Amino acid sequence: MPPAEARWLRDWLDDSSEDGGRTLSGRTARVELAALARSSSLDVDPVALRGRCVLIATRDQLTAALAAIELDGVARRIVLLPPDVPREHLDAVMADAAVEVVVGDVAQDGAALGSASRVTCAPPLRPIAPTRHDPRPTEWVLFTSGTTGRPKMVIHSLAGLAGAIVRGGARDGRPVWGTFYDIRRYGGLQIFLRALHDGGSLVLSDAEEPVGDFLARLAAQGVTHVSGTPSHWRRVLMSPAARAISPRYIRLSGEIADQAILDGLAALYPTARIGHAYASTEAGVGFDVDDGREGFPASLVGAPGPVEMKVVDGSLRIRSPRTAIAYVGANAAPLADAQGFVDTGDMLELVGERYRFAGRKGGIINVGGLKVHPEEVEAVINRHPQVRMSLVHPRKSPITGAIVVAAVVLREEGAQSVTLREEILGLCRARLAQHKVPATIRFVPALAVAASGKLERPHA
Amino acid sequence: MTTRLTITSEIERVAAEQNTKLAPLSDDLILLDSGLDSLCFAILVARLEDSLGVDPFTASDDVTFPVTLGDFVQAYENAAR
Repeated sequence: MPPAEARWLRDWLDDSSEDGGRTLSGRTARVELAALARSSSLDVDPVALRGRCVLIATRDQLTAALAAIELDGVARRIVLLPPDVPREHLDAVMADAAVEVVVGDVAQDGAALGSASRVTCAPPLRPIAPTRHDPRPTEWVLFTSGTTGRPKMVIHSLAGLAGAIVRGGARDGRPVWGTFYDIRRYGGLQIFLRALHDGGSLVLSDAEEPVGDFLARLAAQGVTHVSGTPSHWRRVLMSPAARAISPRYIRLSGEIADQAILDGLAALYPTARIGHAYASTEAGVGFDVDDGREGFPASLVGAPGPVEMKVVDGSLRIRSPRTAIAYVGANAAPLADAQGFVDTGDMLELVGERYRFAGRKGGIINVGGLKVHPEEVEAVINRHPQVRMSLVHPRKSPITGAIVVAAVVLREEGAQSVTLREEILGLCRARLAQHKVPATIRFVPALAVAASGKLERPHA
Repeated sequence: MTTRLTITSEIERVAAEQNTKLAPLSDDLILLDSGLDSLCFAILVARLEDSLGVDPFTASDDVTFPVTLGDFVQAYENAAR
């Protein structure tokens, strides 16, 4: 087992077992991890990228994973671009993160790269002479979820990102990890690091691959540990191929795990350990819950340990060595308060001896992992000439955790009609991403306005 | 309108709104092959709760996730009983 304090990712590629065969698999290609010690996926010598600031902007997760392994300890900064960041923000991302080099896929177009130079990354690997220079710590830059407009990024260290990975964590032999979650987001990256650290292999998903095909691929690789969001797992439970896999460990993160999904998984995979983890890109991994119940024990708040938690005004605050170092950008807001606590924005309610998650501060709605700011949707609805005001809020969903719904006050009472509802929905569809369009619109006579003059926004 | 008819017409409406090509709606249709994604199902379940007064995937302690359209309709018919 390599030391947990290993300074760079390559230290985790050791393959000392006789049967060898640690692999990283994508939908169309598979790479032996051991081969990375003497070969490269990049079309330049990695040493040429030493001390540079590199944006990894590949379509494919496997190529992103290979580039990250090769450049950790080499590049000054690795910026991991998630696949869903709109292209129009790329210039802002490159400027904010001071990107000098872009790593892309072979077949990708080269647009919007500005003055940065371009490097191509792809399997198959080509042989290179072993690298001999001393690794230097690389800054890992990740995108936060839940912003509109210009993307927000945070800086992590590898030590901070790997802070929750315990030595010997894979207590039941060499794991074969599978992740539904993209490794270019915080939750997926955790699984990437775990698989490398625990001496295991990793099977990566593809956004365009049907869930049944991915399950078949996981089964073919003998997957033992699988991670995804509750929304990913709900899709698995709806798939006839769900029984193709029989993992020893199931992990949920990225959204609130409710009792129904925990019970559904326990019924389908009775021999699996099932855990849900709390983490955020800014605050890092907070804790793991393994007792099969939603929420978490109230005793975790205020308990001593590396991760300190407190609840202020209903929202969870975390101070730990796993939190991000800072937001990217000279004028960025501070990430933590004066005491070093990060406000996660996740609202808690105490039910007996347990805390449950009660939505997001400011009414932000999490639709299957995609965050929606109600104000953005309200602004679109309010453009309709017959709308006086509107309130957009979350509604619980057994499929995506929450969905967006709207309550609308019309200028003329009683003017409501099916046509009007369709007009408002049409307006939303034309201007908003699918997950932001209200699933239902209710016409109401009035909305509660607080003493501050603002709409009262229930956070549940 | 019967529960089944309410469900199939709502499915068709959601599919039309999301510009999704829908597979023929038979009982043995695998929901994940229907053309509807998770968001479509979330919208569908919310609207059906409004029209049928029940969400069978949240209501009970013993939730089973539907695999086929037949399972899906059955869940609503059982909940209405």
